[in-house]
Amino acid sequence: MALLQISEPGQSPDPHQRRIAVGIDLGTTHSLVASVRNGAAECLPDAQGRVILPSAVRYTTDEHGRTRRAIGFDALAAQAEDPLNTVVSVKRFMGRRLADLPDAGKLPYEFEDQPGMVAVRTVAGAKSPVEVSAEILASLRQRAEDTFNDDLFGAVITVPAYFDDAQRQATKDAAQMAGLNVLRLLNEPTAAAIAYGLDNGAEGLYAIYDLGGGTFDISLLQLSRGVFEVVATGGDSALGGDDLDHVLAEAALRDGGVLTPMEQLSPHDKRALLVAARRAKEKLSTDGSVHLSCALSGEMLSVQVTRERLSELAKPLIDKTLSAVKRVLRDAKVKPDEVKGVVMVGGSTRTPAVRDAVGAFFGQPPLTDLNPDEVVALGAAIQANQLAGNNVQGELLLLDVLPLSLGLETMGGLVERIIPRNTPIPSARAQDFTTFKDGQTALAVHVVQGEREQVEHCRSLARFELRGIPPMAAGAARIRVSFQVDADGLLSVSAKEQLSGVEASVIVKPSYGLSDEQVAHMLREGFTTAAEDMKDRALREARVEAERMLEATRTALAADGDLLSPEQRAHVDALMAQIGQRCDRGDLEALEAATKALADGTEAFAAERMNRSIRQALAGRSLDQI
Amino acid sequence: MNIDADDFTLLGLPRAFALERSQLDAAWKALQAKVHPDRFAAEGATAQRVAMQWAVRVNEAHQRLKDPLKRAGYLCELGGVPVQSENNTAMPGDFLMQQMQWREALEDAGSLAEVEALSDEVNSQRRARLQRLGDLLDAQSAFVLAAQEVRALMFIDRLLEEIDIRLQRYEDAP
Repeated sequence: MALLQISEPGQSPDPHQRRIAVGIDLGTTHSLVASVRNGAAECLPDAQGRVILPSAVRYTTDEHGRTRRAIGFDALAAQAEDPLNTVVSVKRFMGRRLADLPDAGKLPYEFEDQPGMVAVRTVAGAKSPVEVSAEILASLRQRAEDTFNDDLFGAVITVPAYFDDAQRQATKDAAQMAGLNVLRLLNEPTAAAIAYGLDNGAEGLYAIYDLGGGTFDISLLQLSRGVFEVVATGGDSALGGDDLDHVLAEAALRDGGVLTPMEQLSPHDKRALLVAARRAKEKLSTDGSVHLSCALSGEMLSVQVTRERLSELAKPLIDKTLSAVKRVLRDAKVKPDEVKGVVMVGGSTRTPAVRDAVGAFFGQPPLTDLNPDEVVALGAAIQANQLAGNNVQGELLLLDVLPLSLGLETMGGLVERIIPRNTPIPSARAQDFTTFKDGQTALAVHVVQGEREQVEHCRSLARFELRGIPPMAAGAARIRVSFQVDADGLLSVSAKEQLSGVEASVIVKPSYGLSDEQVAHMLREGFTTAAEDMKDRALREARVEAERMLEATRTALAADGDLLSPEQRAHVDALMAQIGQRCDRGDLEALEAATKALADGTEAFAAERMNRSIRQALAGRSLDQI
Repeated sequence: MNIDADDFTLLGLPRAFALERSQLDAAWKALQAKVHPDRFAAEGATAQRVAMQWAVRVNEAHQRLKDPLKRAGYLCELGGVPVQSENNTAMPGDFLMQQMQWREALEDAGSLAEVEALSDEVNSQRRARLQRLGDLLDAQSAFVLAAQEVRALMFIDRLLEEIDIRLQRYEDAP
């Protein structure tokens, strides 16, 4: 039977075996991967038992000029000595142009303004943020595959709720570049809510307070049984636990009688002091008082720090987060007591002063049962497990909404909104436009995203042209522009002149300044195994895809095979058999063609099945109503 | 059941203006639970594509029925009288005078209290007209009159937006 022939060592031929699906929190300062094992979500540790992977990649070249890369702790350790080639916090650059980075001058990198997105110049060449993120994701993928000793079926990757189309698309591209099958992009606050089980019957407004190492995000979610509406988001992209380490270090110097101010310490001393301050801060989450000591060149620093002292130092920072919270509540026109629950995310929310202040502000203790570093990855893992079909009884269904309005530029630089924010997705809308000059044969379409009226205040997503419109009087042409947003919030746009049938379309995708050859080259250099030949890899992927298609078809036939006439069934069987034969031969193109033939040949069947499932849904509902 | 069925049939609801929001939401979620692409994430690209078309269609129906004016406009269209607000401006006779008075009142209003009073008046008119609209649609099947009422209500909603902007300005001013 076909499926047995295509199974490889390490891959199970049993289609009913559970699929390995993971959730990945691709964070600004660190990233994690989690999976549901034995019914519970847990983060997967590396060989040293650490679950956190610092989001840092360092590029070097060896004596033969080949690119070498260090990822995570190893990269971070080299940050001070090699800042130019050690990329940290790359998430801030995803889908951004140089002009979008207000403090680019303060960062230690040499930026290159490539079309669509900035790149960082390193010894190994210009690296796009997509490529750097792909390194981090590939490392996590490897960790998961090592853990399970199996290939991954797919991954759910989290993104901030405010990420626009360009940033989401960049994240998805990075995942694909890392060889991950993206089951879904998931909003980080939504993931945190899922980890706390709030998708089960929780109704009302929930605040997700996310204080990480270097960023603060506050999101307000409206939950109503499976629908997660992002009501408002806010925060401060330059505020986090690292700032607290800094003020604690400065205070320790003062309290310890060291006369040298922080800025004048040597880089090594500064680092040592910050590490000591961080440790002291972490210990103060459980202890009332700790001893902070640190060997500085020349003298020994030794002071006692109490929890009260830390709280006092943290107050200005916490107040800053609470101002952002107030702004978000004001945007949403709600009062703190209308919020039903507060979820704490990010390592910095372990600090008792933070918990106390947030609890006092909302008038209720925040939810802190789960590890705040892990909570986003855990929620993503639960969703991944469900999407992979491992949890058949699971009722979790996330109905997401569009985070930011989508529109088109019209005359005078104004934005015509086509799909407003908070529209449930997937969604499609069309709007008709016309020509404004006699004999006009082309129309420029400029797609933008944002809430402002003027084009220059919105994010430009794509431009394309509809050409070849037959000359007619101004206002006679009927050009229908259609927007389609998929379940991940990603957009595609098409334009069609209705009278002549002239058509143009674009999948909105910012160009990263990378040609196909460059991408192929990057893949060749290898995110997975350097030795793996491109062609082998492509064939392997084609086989996995063919297997996926066969498995899906077999499942469909088992469930609803009765919808097909004997002739139709024979046709599908023949298409399936063909894939089996071609898998053996190792002919990539033939295999891809056969897979596509099966996909095309079962399209009508899939539509029929869907109709049946809807009839069942309706039947089920009327039973409920009786 | 097919994807081209009208919104009410699709969601299994009676074709009427009177509609319980909770019932609409429950029908929407039950249907999305069956057709959403996430339900087919483990299946092939074909199922994904079909699921996406269905999910888009179900969301469209939900969005349209959720909004009372869109729902009313849709009922008029199903009844053979499209609202066509861009090129048809026929409105109930008493309304033309009324709208001019309101416009003037908004322009002349010089205090927060005056704008608030206007806001209250327009809002109460809106409620009354919505009630009348429901009666025209559900009891009388008078689609021509209902379409006029929809156009009047669309005007009211635009006016209320302007009033809100004015109110916002008073709130923001110290």
